[in-house]
Amino acid sequence: MAEIVIENLRKEFGDFTAVQASSFRIEDGEFFMLLGPSGCGKTTTLRMIAGLELPTSGEIYIDGEEVANRPASQRDIAFVFQMFALYPHMNVRKNMSYPLVSQGMKRAQVRAKVAEVARILGIEDILDRPVGGLSGGDRQRVALGRAIVREPKAFMMDEPLGALDAEFREHMAEELRALHDRMGATTVYVTHDQLEAMQMGDKIVVMNHGVIEQFGVPQDIYDKPATMFVADFIGSPPMNFLKFHGEIHPGDRAVRMHDVELGVPQARGPFQGDMVFGVRPEHIRLDDAAPYRGRVLATEYLGTTQIVTLDTPGGPVKARTASADAVRVGDNVGLAFDGRTVTLFDSQSGHALVSELNEGVLAHV
Amino acid sequence: MSAWSITEPTPRQKWVAGILVVLYALVTIVPLIWIVATGFKSPADAISYPPKVLFEPTLEGYVNLFTTRTRQTQEYLDANPPETWYEEIVRQYDMVIAGPSRYGERFVNSIIIGFGSTFLSVFLGTLAAYAFSRFKVPLKDDLLFFILSTRMMPPIAVAIPIFLMFRTLGLSDTHLGMILLYTAVNISLAVWLLKGFMDEIPREYEEAALIDGYTRFQAFRKVVLPQAVTGIVATAIFCLIFSWNEYAFAVLLTSGTAQTAPPFIPTIIGVGGQDWPAVAAGATLFLLPVLVFTVFLRKHLLRGITFGAVRK
Repeated sequence: MAEIVIENLRKEFGDFTAVQASSFRIEDGEFFMLLGPSGCGKTTTLRMIAGLELPTSGEIYIDGEEVANRPASQRDIAFVFQMFALYPHMNVRKNMSYPLVSQGMKRAQVRAKVAEVARILGIEDILDRPVGGLSGGDRQRVALGRAIVREPKAFMMDEPLGALDAEFREHMAEELRALHDRMGATTVYVTHDQLEAMQMGDKIVVMNHGVIEQFGVPQDIYDKPATMFVADFIGSPPMNFLKFHGEIHPGDRAVRMHDVELGVPQARGPFQGDMVFGVRPEHIRLDDAAPYRGRVLATEYLGTTQIVTLDTPGGPVKARTASADAVRVGDNVGLAFDGRTVTLFDSQSGHALVSELNEGVLAHV
Repeated sequence: MSAWSITEPTPRQKWVAGILVVLYALVTIVPLIWIVATGFKSPADAISYPPKVLFEPTLEGYVNLFTTRTRQTQEYLDANPPETWYEEIVRQYDMVIAGPSRYGERFVNSIIIGFGSTFLSVFLGTLAAYAFSRFKVPLKDDLLFFILSTRMMPPIAVAIPIFLMFRTLGLSDTHLGMILLYTAVNISLAVWLLKGFMDEIPREYEEAALIDGYTRFQAFRKVVLPQAVTGIVATAIFCLIFSWNEYAFAVLLTSGTAQTAPPFIPTIIGVGGQDWPAVAAGATLFLLPVLVFTVFLRKHLLRGITFGAVRK
């Protein structure tokens, strides 16, 4: 089991910079998520940790040892691929034995070890089957088995649930998390699915265009986004952005937007210019008395809640309200925002403005 | 149901398809049957008109193929009665067997050169294709194009430079020379064909092996090669067929020690009249190795041809 530290890691492919000077720390035993849209550099980062890609510059420490330029075989980590990459010409048992055989382990010992892991994963009955005919879930389990059997320092997983159908994915995600909790092994997990990341991760790194946008526990990432990208990428529907021109001073607890005074978390720094008022859909109430007005464009019924789309002076807004609220398309309603949860952004740079809400989180970005 | 939907063919369609296949088979198989049959005819039957479909089979052609014969005086013939069945055949024409012909040697030459160059082409082609498929090779596209460009003209177009080069290097009429030549011609096919197969093998297999503690070469040998067997076999068959059947260079560059069967077979005609049965016998035997090789590996070949078309 191991702690992994990444320092100023950078990767260029010709003119293209896939990863720009990333630094973060993965604690021992953590389930760590690398989250971002495709092409953001998350897989490249994972492959560099695993040793399948050599970094252009920067350091990777596994248990205090610098390994950035060592071959994958010397790093003692396991990798689970999205397409599983089970050796197609071997049966399940051979697949799982393969990493042990490479270490020169005795045959009887290999057999015992494989049997033990097969029991943990519940795949004892398919050990002698060829991998070709296995279901997606069983392939996934065999791939996990091949990773676990060697008891590596850490697991790297590259969208391991991506190849499964949605229904089964949920089940496998739970199984994976339970397995991690039992083994306590450091796991680095790449996904583009924000729900998966929130559901399974102890910590999340959100990447975009090769840059780390934010790094922290799922609650902080959701409630205290450091950038507009994170606020937009996480959450469904994402955070609402209301653009306005205004100013704020240290100590202010309100901001003037489109001639309406709105409460915000106490500001820590001054700002003047084009700003964005960020608020999650569930933090908006429809209140006829509220001064900030909008016209209802559409409603989506989701069972216990509904998503109401409104047209406001700051742009379109989606609010999540109880489905019992009677809302009709075309209504002119007032919007009340929960001021404690609001994040203000610098419209130009997309960075969050420091306030009492997020100062603890932004400090270590 | 529209005319374009994929459905079970009607009996009528099956009949039409069947007849077409039979017609095509006739066109391709009849000459082959004719050659095999001629090999078992007597010289008189072989050139009789109208051609004989039914005839008394004889091994005369095969005996003539493998032997050289001389005419002998009646006294000698009377003094030495024939001892073996094949001598008896020869005696019909007042001849005796003087010794073995060169067909056996030429056949062995064909095997050495054909299989040798096939092995070398596939071996080098596999390594090159793997490198082109997986590694960052400087000027990769240009190199691949250059390799392909060697096939953009008929190889025989460079016959004269090759002839001169071989003479200077002492490669004329040597096994090594012919193996190198056929390898040079086949290698572009091998590299391109195998690169396609290698590209289809997901990198993740090797990466998994690398992570599992194997070196790059072990991963190649234990994980990539078993996956590439289909492609390797298909490539080997194509290479063998080319080098086995090659005629023009063999005529030009070999005359004795390294002569292959294709240039040798026609020379049989000249020995003691037009011996069509012997020529046909030589051609029939010459077909066998490639036929056996292909039938033996047919399963792989069929999978190989459809490889890119079917998603796994």
